[in-house]
Amino acid sequence: MATKSLARQRAMGQTFIYGVLALLALYYLTPLWVMITTSLKPLDEIYGGSFIGLPQTVTFEAWSKAWSGACIGTECTGLKPYFINSILMVVPAVLLSTGLGALNGYVLTKWRFRGANLVFGMMLFGCFLPYQAVILPMAQVLGKLGLSGTIPGLILVHTLYGICFTSLFFRNYFITIPDELTKAAQIDGAGFFRIFFSIMLPAALPIIVVSCIWQFTQVWNDFLFGVSFTSGSDSPITVALNNIVNVTTGRKQYNVDMASAMIAAIPTLLVYVTAGRYFVRGLTAGAVKG
Amino acid sequence: MATLDINRVRKSYGSMEVLKEVNISIEDGEFLVLLGPSGCGKSTLLNIIAGLEDITGGDVLIGNRVVNDLPPKDRDIAMVFQSYALYPTMTVRQNIEFGMKIRGISAEERAKATKAAAEMLQMTGLLDRKPSQLSGGQRQRVAMGRAIVRHPELFLFDEPLSNLDAKLRVDMRTEIKRLHQRLGATIVYVTHDQIEAMTLATKVAVMKDGIVQHFGTPQEVYDRPANTYVARFVGSPAMNILRGRLVASDGPVTVAFETSDGEALVSGVPLSPESAARFRDREVLVGIRPEHFTMDTAGAVPLTVDMVEPTGPDTLVVFSAGGADVVARLDPLAISVGTKARFGVKAEKIVLFDPETETRLD
Amino acid sequence: MSDISKPASAGVAPRRPSASLSVRLAHWLPRIVLAPSFMAVLIGVYVFIGWTLWISMSSSSMLPRYDFVGLEQYVRLWNTPRWHTAVINLFLFTALFLAITIALGLLMAILLDQNIRAEGVLRTIYLYPMALSFIVTGTAWKWMLNPDLGIEKLVQSWGWESFAFDWITRPDFAIYCIVIAAVWQSTGFAMAIFLAGLRGIDGSIIKAAQIEGATLPRIYASIIVPMLRPAFLSVIVLLSYISIKSFDLVLALTNTGPGGSTEMPSTFMFAYTFQRNQMGVGAASAIMMLMTVAAIIVPYLYSELREDSHGH
Repeated sequence: MATKSLARQRAMGQTFIYGVLALLALYYLTPLWVMITTSLKPLDEIYGGSFIGLPQTVTFEAWSKAWSGACIGTECTGLKPYFINSILMVVPAVLLSTGLGALNGYVLTKWRFRGANLVFGMMLFGCFLPYQAVILPMAQVLGKLGLSGTIPGLILVHTLYGICFTSLFFRNYFITIPDELTKAAQIDGAGFFRIFFSIMLPAALPIIVVSCIWQFTQVWNDFLFGVSFTSGSDSPITVALNNIVNVTTGRKQYNVDMASAMIAAIPTLLVYVTAGRYFVRGLTAGAVKG
Repeated sequence: MATLDINRVRKSYGSMEVLKEVNISIEDGEFLVLLGPSGCGKSTLLNIIAGLEDITGGDVLIGNRVVNDLPPKDRDIAMVFQSYALYPTMTVRQNIEFGMKIRGISAEERAKATKAAAEMLQMTGLLDRKPSQLSGGQRQRVAMGRAIVRHPELFLFDEPLSNLDAKLRVDMRTEIKRLHQRLGATIVYVTHDQIEAMTLATKVAVMKDGIVQHFGTPQEVYDRPANTYVARFVGSPAMNILRGRLVASDGPVTVAFETSDGEALVSGVPLSPESAARFRDREVLVGIRPEHFTMDTAGAVPLTVDMVEPTGPDTLVVFSAGGADVVARLDPLAISVGTKARFGVKAEKIVLFDPETETRLD
Repeated sequence: MSDISKPASAGVAPRRPSASLSVRLAHWLPRIVLAPSFMAVLIGVYVFIGWTLWISMSSSSMLPRYDFVGLEQYVRLWNTPRWHTAVINLFLFTALFLAITIALGLLMAILLDQNIRAEGVLRTIYLYPMALSFIVTGTAWKWMLNPDLGIEKLVQSWGWESFAFDWITRPDFAIYCIVIAAVWQSTGFAMAIFLAGLRGIDGSIIKAAQIEGATLPRIYASIIVPMLRPAFLSVIVLLSYISIKSFDLVLALTNTGPGGSTEMPSTFMFAYTFQRNQMGVGAASAIMMLMTVAAIIVPYLYSELREDSHGH
């Protein structure tokens, strides 16, 4: 009897746990569901009161409008050019900041010198910098460099502040690789760069992925730098999306808004779905030991 | 192969002195073991020989060439690490060939050298595996193979056996000894295991607090330890060190010490006339190795047996003298706790120490 | 050993070589490699902070002016009612955001740690909002919170005619909408850190406590959760940081409305600097934000780094 009631208790506990988890899953999935279904509905259906249901008629009109027809300010080009802007900005910024971060992490762990810890601490604080505190001087400097409102300007800014994160990633990874490995390589006759390229980098593949994914999402999702340093057709996609959504004239085209939001979200969502494990590692890297 | 000279080498990190004037010289083909507990400076010394750490003062000479300012790659050395330090993303073959590749040795010669080393270490079948697919002992072999193919003037081993289990450790010890004999190489080997030191070394340097306490052949270190620290560190069970007195120094030197059952008087202890005169009627420390006690019912040492530990080949008998436990290693015998008995001592093997400085009296 | 040929390149070096140029170069190389990044961070973070500080003590308005007026801009800042709204909102938002996110995140982590079958899928679902831009999150929630067409309408259409969920249009409630969206976006993050903490706890502790007769909720409350102290610290610090710099979400969701009721320090700074031509006040508000973050982050980093060096 006793074991039977114990088993029942356990089953009830299990049901409760799964119930709560399922409810929470619903809460997290609803916005995505609403975004997708709304983006596939014709405008009349939306104003006709269908909010959460499946679209009666599926149409990709809103998507095509968001991509190539929606008006951002006075230009009705859709998100396409801004999507391209974002790609042109993200790719170099990710590669540069990851490469530099790898070198920094390597120096800070395997070639320690007096003051290395101070340098690392200074970079670490950069991860937590509220960018509002540097935005004004940065705007001035970009202006002086002739990079104001350009993609190269944004690449510079994202690389600079990205270095702080990528250096942290690589430093914390390389510190787990035994120093004996670099010593052995030195005795084998390998120099600074040889050790880096032949031994450290091949061993660092997981953290390279983490760093690239982290930088990709950070740079792609950035809004503050985009809105502060660019305007008009030079903006990245987040700024363009915000402009589409905040249009106040005329009948609000919610389906186009949602399609636009989806277009802006798809690249990072894809990365998350295909490489979620690495994404989570990047997220928690700032928390699990500095 | 080459000689190695360490002349007045010092090393400090800021105000912390890790090595204080170390002097060691070994001949071509010798096997030097740096022995000591962790933190004694032995690994730092090895890193300095390798060129992995800067030297604060003094000179390191490999083959009569001062190498203080040479980077590791120009010192013509090879090193085997405690963690083996195999490059994780490379296969065994690539690991072994990496150093030769950097030195621009042709693919043909590399393959030849790798093959020879693999055969010598019986790991021909492992060449295409990654380090993560190898057992501890196999990794150890690869690390040694990587060192061998380089034909260095000097081999450096940093506690290479401490990550292996007991059985494997003994096997690999034999293997390293065989390797030394076959290659005739000059080797510097760091360990905290005194048995490794005794079995492998031609010269041992016992270190503590950045100072070489005793430098000599293993037998010298064992028989005539320079001080009580060395006496206790080398040998297992450790040398017994008892408080005693020098009672007679004219004719055969006689020492006396208290046991729980009365006074033991041992004469014929080796001591120079000068020391004998200096310590006459004064306190000395009496060092007796466990195996230098003998079964002798008419012996000099009266005692009561406190504990008996049979080990198989011999039996350890514990009794107390001057408040301390004394261990005697005797042939297997039937003796029970509480028995009152007398043991003899091989007087000629006794070592005396100055009670103040704890250094050996000649 | 004659079967292994001696490598040809074992060159003969001079008897007592002094540190050559290449050796000295090798010695400095690591520092040379690090230098560009270091300089970039030094300028981009520290010099720029100093520069902002200077502007905040100048009379700059539309363009930077490099004179010195002391704390005048700070006095003006703290006499601006809109800044007061921003500061109050920040505290309200941070308190609610932290409390809900931590409670929910901890609950999710504990439930997920019970040998759940679909753990991987659920974790993916809980975490995906972290991959989204705050602008996307804001856009989606703005649509859902819209009373005419969103959740309110939906519930009313189910028959609950008097149901009201029009917070986003009400000045005294709009800030809670931002909390809802921010919680939705960030709970997965808290969960991930708590889950990592739970996975680091030795399972035999739970068994030992069970043998002593403790119930599972009790074990969690008095043994496991206290052991998560480091995870709590990390979550609190990182979430506070997120809330202080939250900017995109407010702009996308409410655009600081209705009537400026959801103003935050970050949006205040942006508006005064770039739109209202009061650069000095904007800079002063940025410095206030920086000081708040530094007060939280610097002790945290210090303790983490110190533990780190102890660990090695």
